[in-house]
This record gives sequence, structure tokens and C-alpha cells, in this order.
Amino acid sequence: MSAQEPILQMTKIHKRFPGVKALCDVDLRLYPGEVHALMGENGAGKSTLIKVLTGVYSIDEGKVEMEGISISINSPLESQAAGISTVYQEVNLCPNLTVAENIFIGREPRRFGRILWKEMNRRAAEILSERLNVQIDVTEPLRMYSVAVQQLVAIARALDISAKVLILDEPTSSLDQNEVQQLFRIMRKLKQDGLAILFVTHFLDQMYEISDRVTILRNGEFVGEYMAKDLSRLDLVLKMIGKELSLLEDLPSLAEDYKDSFGEVMVKAENLSRKGAIEPFDLSIRKGEVVGLAGLLGSGRTEAARLFFGADKPDSGKLIFPGGSEGVHTPREAIKRRIAFCSENRKTEGIIGDLTVRENIILALQAKQGVFRTLSRKQQDEVAVEYIRMLNINPPNPDHLIKNLSGGNQQKVLLARWLLTAPQLFILDEPTRGIDIGAKAEIQKLVLSLSRQGMSFLFISSELEEVLRVSDRIVVLRDHCKVKEISDKDMNQQNIMQAIAGG
Amino acid sequence: MSLNRKYIPIVVTILLFIIMFVAGSFRYTGFFSLQVLMNLLIDNAFLLITAVGMSFVILSGGIDLSVGSMIALSTMVSASLVQQHGWPPVVVIPLVLLMGAAFGSGMGAIIHYFKIQPFIVTLAGMFMARGLCYVISIDTITIDNSFYTAVAQTKITLPGGSFISISAIIALIVAAVAIYTAHYTRFGRNVYALGGSEQSSLLMGLPVARTKIMVYTLSGLCSALAGVVFTFYMLSGYGLHAVGFELDTIAAVVIGGTLLTGGVGYVLGTFFGVLIQGVIQTIISFEGTLSSWWTKIVIGLLLFIFILLQRVLSARGSSLKR
Repeated sequence: MSAQEPILQMTKIHKRFPGVKALCDVDLRLYPGEVHALMGENGAGKSTLIKVLTGVYSIDEGKVEMEGISISINSPLESQAAGISTVYQEVNLCPNLTVAENIFIGREPRRFGRILWKEMNRRAAEILSERLNVQIDVTEPLRMYSVAVQQLVAIARALDISAKVLILDEPTSSLDQNEVQQLFRIMRKLKQDGLAILFVTHFLDQMYEISDRVTILRNGEFVGEYMAKDLSRLDLVLKMIGKELSLLEDLPSLAEDYKDSFGEVMVKAENLSRKGAIEPFDLSIRKGEVVGLAGLLGSGRTEAARLFFGADKPDSGKLIFPGGSEGVHTPREAIKRRIAFCSENRKTEGIIGDLTVRENIILALQAKQGVFRTLSRKQQDEVAVEYIRMLNINPPNPDHLIKNLSGGNQQKVLLARWLLTAPQLFILDEPTRGIDIGAKAEIQKLVLSLSRQGMSFLFISSELEEVLRVSDRIVVLRDHCKVKEISDKDMNQQNIMQAIAGG
Repeated sequence: MSLNRKYIPIVVTILLFIIMFVAGSFRYTGFFSLQVLMNLLIDNAFLLITAVGMSFVILSGGIDLSVGSMIALSTMVSASLVQQHGWPPVVVIPLVLLMGAAFGSGMGAIIHYFKIQPFIVTLAGMFMARGLCYVISIDTITIDNSFYTAVAQTKITLPGGSFISISAIIALIVAAVAIYTAHYTRFGRNVYALGGSEQSSLLMGLPVARTKIMVYTLSGLCSALAGVVFTFYMLSGYGLHAVGFELDTIAAVVIGGTLLTGGVGYVLGTFFGVLIQGVIQTIISFEGTLSSWWTKIVIGLLLFIFILLQRVLSARGSSLKR
């Protein structure tokens, strides 16, 4: 099949949003009879590329060719007309209509304007059984079926429309293992029928299982197109995060050697999981310990952290606290148990831009104390000035609006806010993203010195060096699973990278 | 073959009607006759017509509160033009229907293009139409036009000696056409899709704007037609006709098994929802000693039961099958 011409070819695609280059010089070639994986970390440009292809966004520069003929796609309908069909992650069908209607609505078989239901049901059953090997009652409303079946119905609709190219956008993210296998069987069958399938995923295992070819994006840029069988897992991961293995040097860890002398266990997760977010995992964090969470973006790091804070409700498992109390908790209880959580979305979940530095700092403490025990203005000022000095926040003016501060200083204000509540466990999700080197180093140092005073940390970062530098122990996640715990001498970039790549 | 779950609400509605009718027949002499059944249609023709229009609105996920006022306005305009200005009914009736359709499509366009909740837009429409009645006249205008009185008094005799009115026949035709439209035309299915998920309908390339505006146009048209039929029934135009009638209409649709959140239900259910309201009234008038307000109490109870039934059914529906 390799001798064939690509059915769809995108060349030198550029797409800019105000202030951001979402896609820069991206190529994509889809061949008939192939499953082509589109890989990249979150924010690499996968979604943008798909939206360009489906006509949701228009391209700024570049060329799209379908079967050798240059086309321009300006709306979802035009994309469909060109033979490109998309099945989105969230199934976009009508749950109240029957399966058959969902496949045919808008194109129902009619005679003299009258919809021929029998004909429609027969054809729907035919498409599902012949092309997808699914036997279901097509006269039942769609909502009676699982998400997996709904997705198949969406694929059936896409196929019936005209598809030469089928785009599956993260189709496996809400499916269980059996459902994924069923989907893969169908993808293999469609491949044999000569369809070009673009499979967007962030699961490495699934990519290797089903794909023939893979295109990797990073930060909106085209990294390369490879045959899946020629690309080792390690190379794949290195290309996704943009590093060469030979350049991975061993930085001296700032953390002292892993000690058994850490204090009691502060919190212990047992069998904790949440469907579609993180598979069951165990993890205990001891007093004064910094546990790093490493893994690709989208591997389940944030999801794991949110379970610790109670921001999401787990489907299974529990948290055990000192003194034997256990259970699932809410963020409110987490704060009572002196757990703090600094989210990765500084702008949307952290700072309140129109309040001053002082007001932002005292926010969590005030919330903890309740409305009836307000801090006096004098106390507020004292606290704010103290932390501004301690964390070296610039400008050192408590009445400055926080939105006018730099990213690094905003982050420090957030740290101050939580530190003020004297947490015992501090969850930091990407605390140094988008801030300058100097501020980064200060935050890392702060983590280390606070941990030596007995504060525990769960530290998430995409930068391996940083995780290595501050962590006493590193937990590696891959495809929403905890795959490895690395400590002591084994903590180096190669080992972590191997664990991230897996298999 | 087990009963498909999607038919349960409508089957319950039909059974309820049959049970009530049978119960009434056993309890009261003279209740069990074709004429009582026909009277249900004759007395509720305008409710049926309005409820049919309302069914489409609710199926699409919307609501139309302006129907009662629209009926009043239709009676008022008809009475004024025929009685005070001497226009011929053959001109007045199409004009009134056109007015209703235009009013409805205006509301539909506002709802769609400005993305405002149907509740608010049609509430405004309700006040406006009601207010317009009083611009025409604050008093009742009695109609003695020969066409109107002739239609009002015409009784079409059926085999077996019972009779039916022209209004009831109009209502039956409207209901039949609506059932066909809902089930066998693209417009009808698009209404269901819209009620299921507007976002999905857009992504599936369905004509969302057209469908939405059409739905309110249809409801406006139906309520204007109901107004015309109401004029035959009352032989007058009055600004206080059909006050609160929009709520009776919504009740009929819901008792007919249509989900207020849209997307689920049948026009046939609405038909029986109307008949159930009628049969309650009939039973109470046969009883003789009960106040007519008992109608409202029973309807209130039924509404509760139906809303709970739907809740239970949809909760069970979400336990998935593979």
C-alpha cells in the first residue's frame, strides 16, 4: 500500500490566533487503507489541526489537497462534502432519536416527501452490521446504548455521508478496554475497505496497536511523520517532548538522598481511581517528603492530584490520613486537613485579577476562618508584607492589582495564599509554567526549604529536570496509569524517560 | 414482544382516558354514549388545536406562553372586523390566521437570532397580544353575522344519531395532519432532533434556524385557528377570553406524555391529553354537586403523576444496555 498516493495532503499549514501561533508549517498526509495517528502533548496543536480539517477554523497559509486536487474548506458542511467525516470525543448525536434516525437525519429516504421508516431502519441495520459488525436494534432511542455504541453510530453516520477520510478525535478516552478492542476491530475493517483514518490519541499503547503511520506535533510545529513500526517508544516520547536522549545530562539533585527517616505518612491513597481520568493507584506521601509526578501532558497527573485534593470525586478507592481517618473528601475537608492545591490554570482557577496582591494573599485564610472572623486590615497588611518579603514578590506593594504582576510573581502570590493556611501537604501543579528562570529557581528553592521544615509536597511538572531537582521520590504516569515509582540512585532522566515511554 | 419503553407514557395516557371513560360510564346513566365522546371534541376543539401547536414547540425544547392571548386577540380582531367594520368572514378568517402565523414567526426569529429564552419572549408576546385586545375594545363584541352563527349551529349527524360540530372536525383534521407531520416529514423529525440537542443538530447540518422559527410560526397559526374556532363557540370577541389558557394547553401536552425538556413525546398523546381534561370536566358536570374547580385539582394531581412517571422512566432509561 505504501506505493499509493496520499488521498489527503496538507502542506505547510499555518494558523495563528491573536498572540499565539497555533500551527506553524504543519504537514499531514493521509493514505487510503491506513490508520494514521496524530500524536502530541496537550496543546501541541492536534485539536487545531483537526478543526482546520473539518472547517471549524480556516487556515492562514498552506494547501489542502484531496486526491490531488486543491480544495478549500470553510465550513463543516464543505468538509463533509469533500469526503471528510469526523467523530468527536463527545458524541454529537441526538440521544432522544432512534439509532436509525441518528444515522440518517437530514438525509432520510423519502417518497413524495414522506419518510420511509422501514427503508431507513433496514439501511441503518445494514450499515451497522456490514461495515461495523454491530447488531443492535436500530429502532431504540440512542440514549439506551452505552457511549461506545453511540460512538459506533456516529461512525456509521460518518460513513454513510460519503467518507473517504474518517477523523476519530480521542475516540477511546471514555471507553473501557473491551470497548476499545471493539473499536479497533472496526477500524481495522474500515482500513481494509480502503478508508483513510486519522486517529487522534494520547495513549501510546493504543497508537502502537492500531496505527500504520504517525505524525507528531509539538507546540504547533511539525516534528515529523514516521512509520509506527520503525519508531521506538522512547524516540516517540523524546520527539513529543522535544529532547535528544544523548543530551539528557544528569543534573545533581538538589534534594538530599532519599531517606527512610521521613516522618509519618501524611496521606495514603489506596486504589484511588476515576473513570477516564486515572486508573486505580496507590500512593503514600510522608511528612517532609517531596513526591514528583512525571509523565506526558495528559497522562493523568493533574487528575491524580485533583483526587488528592477532593476536587473530583473518585470512582473507587480511598484516602487514609494520620490517625486512621479515611474516606473521600471535598476540597473544604481537604483544606481542613491542611492540604493545599495550587492549580495549573493560574489565570482561571487561581488569581482574581481585579483584586490586590493583599486581597489575593488573604483569600484562602479568610475562607478557612469563615466570614464571621474577619481579619482586620492591620492583620491583613502585616501578613501581606511578611509574605511579599519572604517570597520576594515584586513590586513589593500589597495594594497593586495582581493582574498587573508578571506570571512568576502571580505564582508567588498564589503560593503565599496557601502557605498562609500552614498546609501540611501542598499539591503544586505546574507551579513554574510560563515564568522566568529566576522565579523558577526561587520557587524550587522554596519547595526544598519548606520540605526540610516538614511540609510535604506533591510536585507536578512537565520539566523533567525540575522534577528531578526537587523530588525525593518520583512517580511516573503513562496513559492514565501509575507505572513506576523511582527513588534513590535510580532517579535520572534516562530511567524516567524509559518509564514514560514504557513497553 | 415486550412494550418498547418509549411508548410507555403514551400508553399510560390512553389507558387513563379509557379507565376514566369506563368509570364514568358505570357511575352515571347516560354517560356511555357516542355523543358524550363527541361532546368532548366539540367542547375542546380549540384546546386541541392549540395543544397541537404547543406540542411542536415543547418537542423542540421551547415553550409558548402567548397562545391564550393570541386566541383572545383572534376573537377580538374577528369580531371587530366582521361586526364593526362589516368585512366578509372569508377575508377576515385568512387574515386572522396570517396574523397569528406572523406573530409566531416574529417571536421565533427573536428567540433564535438573539438567543433569548422562549419563556421570556413568549411572555412578552402574551402581554402584548392581550394588551392589543383592549386597543380594539374594552367590551365584549357580540357577533351576529350569519356565517358565524351558521357555523356555530351546524350539527353534522353521524350514523347512530349522534352529531359533531364543524369546529370539532377542523380540530380532528389539524391533529391528523400534525401526527403525519411529526412522524413522516423532515420538518417533524428536525423538531425532535432540535429538542434532543440543538448543538448536535447544528453539527449534523440540520436547518436549526428554519426549524425553530417554523415551530413558533406553527404555534401562532394554531392558536389563531383556535381563536377562530373559539369565536364560533362563543360568538363574541372579548379581551378576557381564554385567560390562563396557555397553562391548560401545556398541561394537556404534558399529560399527553411529552417531556417538557423537549425531544420526547407524540402528538397523539396530546390528543388524549386534551380528551382527559375534557372527560374530567364531563364527570364533574355529571356529578352535579361538585364545583368546576375540581377540574383544576384533578388536572393538578395528574400533572404531578405524569411528571413523576417521566422522571422514573427516564431514570431507568439511563441504565444502559450494551
